[in-house]
Amino acid sequence: MASAIGSGAADWKLDDLETDEMVLNMGPQHPSTHGVLRIELKTDGEVVKAARPHIGYLHRCFEKHAESVDYPGVIPYTDRMDYVASMGNSLGYALAVEKLLGIETSPYVSTIRVIMAELQRIASHCVAVGTYGMDIGAFTPFLHLLRDREKILDLFEWTCGARLLYNYNWVGGVSHDLPEGFVKACRQFLREYDAITIPELMDLLIGNKIFIKRTAGVGVLPVDLAISYDLTGPNLRGSGLPRDLRKDHPYCGYDRFEFAVPVGRGEHGPVGSCFDRNWVRCIEMAESSKIIHQALDLLEKSERADVHEKVPKRVKPAKGEVYSRSEAPRGQLGYYVVADGTGVNPYRVKVKSPCFTAMSVFHVLAKGMMIADIIALIGSLDVVLGEIDR
Amino acid sequence: MDFTVGLLLKLVPGLGGAPAWVLITLGAVVPAVLLVTMMALGPILYVYAETKIAGFMQDRIGPKRVGPHGMLQTVADAVKLLFKEAIFPAGVDKVLFVLAPCIVNVGAFLPFVVVPFGSHLQTADLNVGVFYVTAVASLSTVGLIMAGWASNNKYALFGGMRSAAQIVSYEIPAVMILLIPVMIVGSLSLQDIVAAQAGGLQSWLLFRYFPLMPIAFLIFFTAGMAECNRTPFDIPEAESELVAGFHTEYSGFFFAMFFMAEYTEMFVISAVTSVLFLGGFHAPHPALQDIHGFGLGFLWLTAKAWSLMFVMMWLRWTLPRLRVDQLMYVAWKVLLPISMVLVVAVGALLMIPATRNGFPWDPYVGWLVTIAVFGALVAWMAGARLAKKRHVRDLAA
Repeated sequence: MASAIGSGAADWKLDDLETDEMVLNMGPQHPSTHGVLRIELKTDGEVVKAARPHIGYLHRCFEKHAESVDYPGVIPYTDRMDYVASMGNSLGYALAVEKLLGIETSPYVSTIRVIMAELQRIASHCVAVGTYGMDIGAFTPFLHLLRDREKILDLFEWTCGARLLYNYNWVGGVSHDLPEGFVKACRQFLREYDAITIPELMDLLIGNKIFIKRTAGVGVLPVDLAISYDLTGPNLRGSGLPRDLRKDHPYCGYDRFEFAVPVGRGEHGPVGSCFDRNWVRCIEMAESSKIIHQALDLLEKSERADVHEKVPKRVKPAKGEVYSRSEAPRGQLGYYVVADGTGVNPYRVKVKSPCFTAMSVFHVLAKGMMIADIIALIGSLDVVLGEIDR
Repeated sequence: MDFTVGLLLKLVPGLGGAPAWVLITLGAVVPAVLLVTMMALGPILYVYAETKIAGFMQDRIGPKRVGPHGMLQTVADAVKLLFKEAIFPAGVDKVLFVLAPCIVNVGAFLPFVVVPFGSHLQTADLNVGVFYVTAVASLSTVGLIMAGWASNNKYALFGGMRSAAQIVSYEIPAVMILLIPVMIVGSLSLQDIVAAQAGGLQSWLLFRYFPLMPIAFLIFFTAGMAECNRTPFDIPEAESELVAGFHTEYSGFFFAMFFMAEYTEMFVISAVTSVLFLGGFHAPHPALQDIHGFGLGFLWLTAKAWSLMFVMMWLRWTLPRLRVDQLMYVAWKVLLPISMVLVVAVGALLMIPATRNGFPWDPYVGWLVTIAVFGALVAWMAGARLAKKRHVRDLAA
């Protein structure tokens, strides 16, 4: 286009005018771009010739902010990255600073952290799978899943007073101990969840012929492509590679629990399609429930401990740097924290976001799709723009 | 019209002395006004039903605040839409932009002219009734394309083009199936088609040539659902893909008109399906046709149409949406061949003297199948309810 304009009006011919393709701006205020993502689509009728995601609408200078507050002060900012799964963000940051300080939390605190992280994983996948169904056009599973997310948020609110941005995982501990009766309430929730929500979801959405037709074989991500674009979490496991930090490099005592790492099996069409990524999330929801059951058993057996026992009065690590990663609901969340040894503020905090890398493969997969498939693809990659833009 | 004039003369004693043109005008205008008012207010009821049904299916209550059980919610919504500003975005073609919702509504309301609510309760008994229904029902497509084009919005344009492609594709199997009742009855008039189904449930066209006509019914209903843009065929307004499709740029009353047209069209499709296959205004058993000479045919047709509308709503809140190419696949490679085979098969059966009036088992099959289907449904629902009760008990333990 630019060359046609630059070469002057005399050389310009009517044939140079691109009339076959239409540029369609999807977002940033589109119902299914999951936040403020803008995608520039070059379409030929319904077929997409090229797609370019534009990010940055939700940029809030997280990394720069982190340099001007002290180490514990960063935690509320981490909550605002992946706002659908805040617990996982603050957990990753707390682990990184603890590694920098050399603190080892007590098993009691670790167990609480695991319970919270897994409840958050369920809540996050509820949103992911529910909105995915809605992207495909099925409205009802979304509300069924949000009903259960609501119950998890009630548990969180009961524990720490917040429903979305918790500031719960502190450096060296957690902000509040579990309230009296939490174990019973949590078990009650899990029983209903295991017995009603998961089978209902499998019946209503995952087993639906139209849903399978819409997702299986669409947006196929071969495992080598997934690795070369550094995809992690359910997106990588959907391609058939069982990589899960909770199993491979256990933190918070995940090695105490038994659970399976689901991978995409390609039941309907090639491995690594949108169906597989979504299916992996559904199975993970069931596996998380198993982990929480075991963690609750541990809690019942163990004595209560002070959750603030290891929380340092003043966080002032010696000069050094650390990279720590954890398995957030959307994949590996890495924190690179540099301390210069002089002040109480971190010198640098860098986040390796799983959604950012997932978005990077989008333009490769989107080529040649139909517009409806683009929606299915974005939903199956399950990106949260708060974490991409930070 | 003679019927309504007769009725008017009976009801209004002093009317007998009026000149003929007054009588003729009144005979035409009164039923027309009644019909249009009734059909225009229908969507208020249907939208309320839809929100309530959706609520129950999604484990929530639905509207509850405005009026008893939220019954005035849709009225409030309609009033709100009436008073809202109709926004004309920059670059719209104003004439087409205003004209489009009107044309869509014309297409939705015109088929009512021939829908027989009773042996006399019909605006006009056209001798080409079936043909007329298919002809005017397609008018709304013109409106949709117009709306898509006039909006000066790419999403709206996509929506308009999609709806054109969809309705053109689905009209073919629908018309094919329409031919079958016409062949059996030998008339294009809807009144004749209903008359041929008198005498109870076993003589409905649904149970003629037993395994064949139920298939035809399903195909016609599916194609009809596609024609009124309901999920799983709602790609012209697919809200997760095209924002709102052809009515993306519409607001206020114009938007309400599109909404009204959609629900009216649902009722039209359901009513026409009932007339063609479910005996129209005939009761399932002749004894239920009237109470002490007061005909209930109107209520029977409405009940049948509403049941079909409930199925449409049920499907909408259960199924995901098809993709454009899959939609075309269903129309051209599944529905069309089956409907062609059906037309040929029924045509051949009509030529054979032994099966001229249906298969020998047809009179018995109707009630059996109905009782079996409803029995299975009730048994299944009761089973599910019991299982849920047991489940709740287990959870409490």
